[in-house]
Amino acid sequence: MMEMLQFYFSYPFVRYALIVGMLIALCSSLLGVTLVLKRFSYIGDGLSHVAFGALAIATVFDLTNTSLVVMPVTVAAAILILRTGQNPKIHGDAAIAMLSVGSLAVGYLVMHLFSTSANISGDVCSTLFGSTSILTLTKAEVWLCVIMSVVVVALFVFLYNRIFAVTFDENFAKATGIKTNAYNMLIAVITAIIIVLAMNLVGSLLISALIIFPALSAMRVIQNFKGVIIYSAVISVFCALFGIVLSIVFSTPVGATIVAADIVMFALNCFVGRMLRK
Amino acid sequence: MSYIKCENLVLGYEGTPVAQNISFEVNKGDYLCILGENGAGKSTLMKTILGLTPLMNGSIVYGEGLEKYEIGYLPQQTFVQKDFPASVWEIVLSGTLSKCGRRAFFGKAEKKLAEENMKRMDIWTIKKECYRNLSGGQQQRVLLARALCASSKLLVLDEPVTGLDPKVTVEFYQLIKDLNKEGLTIIMVSHDIDAAVRYASHVLHVEKEQSFIGTTKEYMQSGFWKDIGGGAQ
Repeated sequence: MMEMLQFYFSYPFVRYALIVGMLIALCSSLLGVTLVLKRFSYIGDGLSHVAFGALAIATVFDLTNTSLVVMPVTVAAAILILRTGQNPKIHGDAAIAMLSVGSLAVGYLVMHLFSTSANISGDVCSTLFGSTSILTLTKAEVWLCVIMSVVVVALFVFLYNRIFAVTFDENFAKATGIKTNAYNMLIAVITAIIIVLAMNLVGSLLISALIIFPALSAMRVIQNFKGVIIYSAVISVFCALFGIVLSIVFSTPVGATIVAADIVMFALNCFVGRMLRK
Repeated sequence: MSYIKCENLVLGYEGTPVAQNISFEVNKGDYLCILGENGAGKSTLMKTILGLTPLMNGSIVYGEGLEKYEIGYLPQQTFVQKDFPASVWEIVLSGTLSKCGRRAFFGKAEKKLAEENMKRMDIWTIKKECYRNLSGGQQQRVLLARALCASSKLLVLDEPVTGLDPKVTVEFYQLIKDLNKEGLTIIMVSHDIDAAVRYASHVLHVEKEQSFIGTTKEYMQSGFWKDIGGGAQ
């Protein structure tokens, strides 16, 4: 077993996959706590569908660098969801649902009508559930991911106290002069960026799992905000590492294996949380 | 000069005015209760003073050393907070954030301020407890300590006794009265008319066309007091 792992780790693409996987898991878990607490669990799901639609269109136009299209479209959708969420006539959940199914349908339609590839359902399946593309990362993509992650973590650390204030009580924060709208916008934009990065890893259907499961697991056990953030980051990175290694050893799909590890972790934490309360 | 001077306010949301012709002053040491029927514009008025809702018309002037953001606010509980995993210490400390300026982290002064206000509210011993596990009365004390961290001059309370049991309600009113005696100015939006006239020094009764503002004594002699059902016992 160890020999087998050693053999795999000697390949650079395996090391790249591990690095990128762990970084994305770290970033998504940091944001996840805030998103879950602000009742925005579904923003991840909605945005990832938008990213899927954008990716379909970019592929049809045969663009070499698809993230040039996908990134701006997803960020715009994030801002749109946030804006309409504040509109009392269309509620946040309805806004997300509309955008999410709408872009899923349009994306698939476009792929069907204009695709040049012979294997459409294969393409769709790999965008939805994550493909082997995490194992074909180039050095440039790895660096992009490293830089993005450093930016996200740095922003999060420096704005931590403000993010806490805005998450716990937006009205109070606003009344004491904190620019809550700017912080909400920032959270939405970072979420969009992470989702686009994470599409390579787990595919657009499973990104929500990376965002919500570690946060929910941590909230079962830990009773303060800082602890929840740190613990959810730790378990998220651990599950990503564990999932990737398992998927290599047993040749299972990467994304689904990571999410399965997150689900097992959640069940464990539920159990521990119940024991602690007794 | 007064802390807050409002002239000819028109209140409303989404472009529809709810109440107009509201003029009043809040002076240092006042205990002002804002009364009125549901939908009369009490909450909108409060949110306008806090700067959460844009002003439709009229003017609000903050004076006598009170900065616009130097208001301690005790909001109603939101459903987000009911299961929020945060310790008492984290929540109270977050009240000092406006004093940090551009700094990213809390300094010694902020931590000391939080400690003082927690001792003042008698919650220092539960500082590590999780907010979601506290009783309603304790939660209100935590939020009050946070509000005191944000301002040592003016507190704005939004129906603070909603959901508290009778014994805790009496204690809470006494707590507010004590703070008022210590020199804090209080503005409270309330449904509890009997408690309002018992504790407040001034009453603002919000009505669509013409609102009432005056001392509690004047209010109890006015028609507004009868209209809302006061003195029924």
